Amino acid sequence: MFPRTGRAGFLPLGEMPRLVGELMRLGYECLGPTVENGAIAMRGLATADALPRGLKTEQEKGTYRVTRDPANRYFAWANGPQGIRPHAFASRESLWRVARDTGGALSFEPVTVDAPKQALIGVRACDLAALAIQDTHFLRGGRVDAHYAARRAALFLVAVQCAEPAATCFCASTGDGPTPVTGYDLALAELAEGFVVEAGSEKGQAVFDGLNLPPASDAQLASVRTQGEAAAAAQTRSLPAAALHGALMSRLDHPRWDDVAARCLACTNCTLVCPTCFCHAEVDEVAVDGDTTEHARVWDSCFGEAHGHLHGFNVRPDVRTRYRQWLTHKLDTWHDQFGRSGCVGCGRCIAWCPAGIDLTEEFAALTAGEVAA
Amino acid sequence: MSASRPLDAGPPLAATVVARVEESPGVFTLRVRLDDPGAQAAYRFAPGQFNMLYLYGAGEVPISIMSDPEERDAIGHTIRAVGRVTQGLAALGPGDAIGLRGPFGRGWPLREVSGSDVVLVTGGLGCAPAVSVIHYVLRRRERFGKLVIIQGVRHADDLIWREHYDRWAKLPATQVLVAADVATPLWPWHVGRVTDLFGLARFDPEGAVAMMCGPEGMMRTAGNGLLALGLPEARLYLSMERNMQCAVGRCGHCQIGAAFVCHDGPVFSWGEMKTLLGRRGF
Ligand SMILES: Cc1cc2nc3c(=O)[nH]c(=O)nc-3n(C[C@H](O)[C@H](O)[C@H](O)COP(=O)(O)OP(=O)(O)OC[C@H]3O[C@@H](n4cnc5c(N)ncnc54)[C@H](O)[C@@H]3O)c2cc1C
Ligand code: SF4
Ligand code: SF4
Ligand code: FES
Repeated sequence: MFPRTGRAGFLPLGEMPRLVGELMRLGYECLGPTVENGAIAMRGLATADALPRGLKTEQEKGTYRVTRDPANRYFAWANGPQGIRPHAFASRESLWRVARDTGGALSFEPVTVDAPKQALIGVRACDLAALAIQDTHFLRGGRVDAHYAARRAALFLVAVQCAEPAATCFCASTGDGPTPVTGYDLALAELAEGFVVEAGSEKGQAVFDGLNLPPASDAQLASVRTQGEAAAAAQTRSLPAAALHGALMSRLDHPRWDDVAARCLACTNCTLVCPTCFCHAEVDEVAVDGDTTEHARVWDSCFGEAHGHLHGFNVRPDVRTRYRQWLTHKLDTWHDQFGRSGCVGCGRCIAWCPAGIDLTEEFAALTAGEVAA
Repeated sequence: MSASRPLDAGPPLAATVVARVEESPGVFTLRVRLDDPGAQAAYRFAPGQFNMLYLYGAGEVPISIMSDPEERDAIGHTIRAVGRVTQGLAALGPGDAIGLRGPFGRGWPLREVSGSDVVLVTGGLGCAPAVSVIHYVLRRRERFGKLVIIQGVRHADDLIWREHYDRWAKLPATQVLVAADVATPLWPWHVGRVTDLFGLARFDPEGAVAMMCGPEGMMRTAGNGLLALGLPEARLYLSMERNMQCAVGRCGHCQIGAAFVCHDGPVFSWGEMKTLLGRRGF
């Protein structure tokens, strides 16, 4: 559990560019928070001192706003709409290519990924937990997805402890945050005077060693722990993580499904921002000359009309069955597939739902208080 | 599956149509051969498994394998032309190129059930996964007990392979029972529901194995009917259909509850599917 006595070092506040510079020197494209279309996105940093400070976010049901952090910290912001997911499981990519010659013969060719070496700076614990789920899905023994594997191997993850969770966050109740536990290359916690830093992997250790940091003091380690506890205590939403399995599949006829269906727009936002969703469609894109075509995969959603299409029949013809598929899969049948719930408490689906639907409220209403942690 | 080829999302292998047979209006069989002779020779599958057939520029569709697993020179698929890809496949003839990847999924439990009576219950418009079992059993007749083929259709005109049913009905230890909700003049079989036929079926319920495919509502009714006759739940199997895009348990489209039909199925035991079979929304 980060931070560990004897393992953690201290990086003074002014020396953040040393860390970014070291990653750049190792050939990583460094990505950090950037305000894009009014929200925080992970985008390339032009220089080692380009990591912005003073960004904060306000999030609530159907609300997301970037504000200023009066303390001018680096990581006072909570999650933007996307975390790591697009960097390992690309939102759109070609899988294979087909060429047709004049005689009509077809030749098939795999599309190989030239995965960019990317360092993501500011990854949250919820997203590390979500990435671990995506790893299970795409790298299952015997059916490893080559594209995912290539992108995943090229990532360097600099995690950061969440000190200022948004009002939508509930990772403490799902057991996934706010302090990173595992799955990072480097973990940081931001204190007023600088960062407590620890390595979590071999490649993280190499960078850590290169920085040549003094050890973090006992007082600093204690401050990190206190900060994590305060961030957990500040979260107001929750899910009874231990009691989710079976809770919704046993309530498939609950009237609340009709109630939520009347509010849900089936816009697919919740599934597109959710860091654990893995659904994708496969499409063929024929070149204008008609002689070649690319077979691509594109993120898809169980809220879409086509997801359950069979000839002459739609498995999920209405919003009620689609919302129910989403929530039952995410919170219940996910346990049978992955041994845990598919929700890591990041709160994105709450903030980005234009109808202000909150899954923690829906779960509570569906189980009417009968299911508690 | 050839040992050299990992089960993966593609690309497909190049294949060529070697024969096309019109089975009935809108239903045709394509026999295809993998262009690489080594891959064709190494191709192995079990009845009940399926391939993804790729039509240039249009995409892929899941289609059951109809030929016999011991047939080495071509792979058979019987297809109903219903939409974009299948209508395109319908226009192909000998010499035309397609792509094929597979086989995928879990087939029928044929090895485990040798020695047993085999009951096949199918509904709807020609059920390719069941026909592959019929052929399989008939080619290895001595390994199985009685064969009971029960087929239900909505309208008498929907029965494809009529002459096959006539022929199978004349074979020893083979019983063919067909029902149509709506008959035509000269319809020789029963008028009514598939389950009406169970009383006429002659097999040992305790020692038999039953395999079903067709509309889920029909399978639910028929499954309950077979269990009521005394068939043990563990000997009742069914084949499921869902939208499929990847066929390797990745794209999420074929999920029913926690099951990925492409990977965990398409053949399931009754126990695995009974809570969600025919349940609206899954
Ligand atoms: C395991 C399995 C085995 C099958 N075996 C056969 C067979 O042996 N013979 C046969 O005629 N049909 C079979 N089907 C059904 C066949 O796959 C569909 O009829 C076909 O996908 C329709 O594609 P389309 O593009 O012509 O239709 P459209 O209606 O234009 O469909 C567009 C897309 O939706 C999806 N889709 C539509 N209907 C189905 C469906 N019923 N099942 C799965 N995906 C669908 C496909 O991705 C398809 O490309 C099988 C389906 C499954 C799941
Ligand atoms: S379900 Fe919502 S809160 Fe849970 S991980 Fe997905 S987006 Fe985050
Ligand atoms: S079925 Fe729905 S909830 Fe489950 S992974 Fe797919 S899009 Fe996400
Ligand atoms: S077809 Fe993609 S998961 Fe089954």
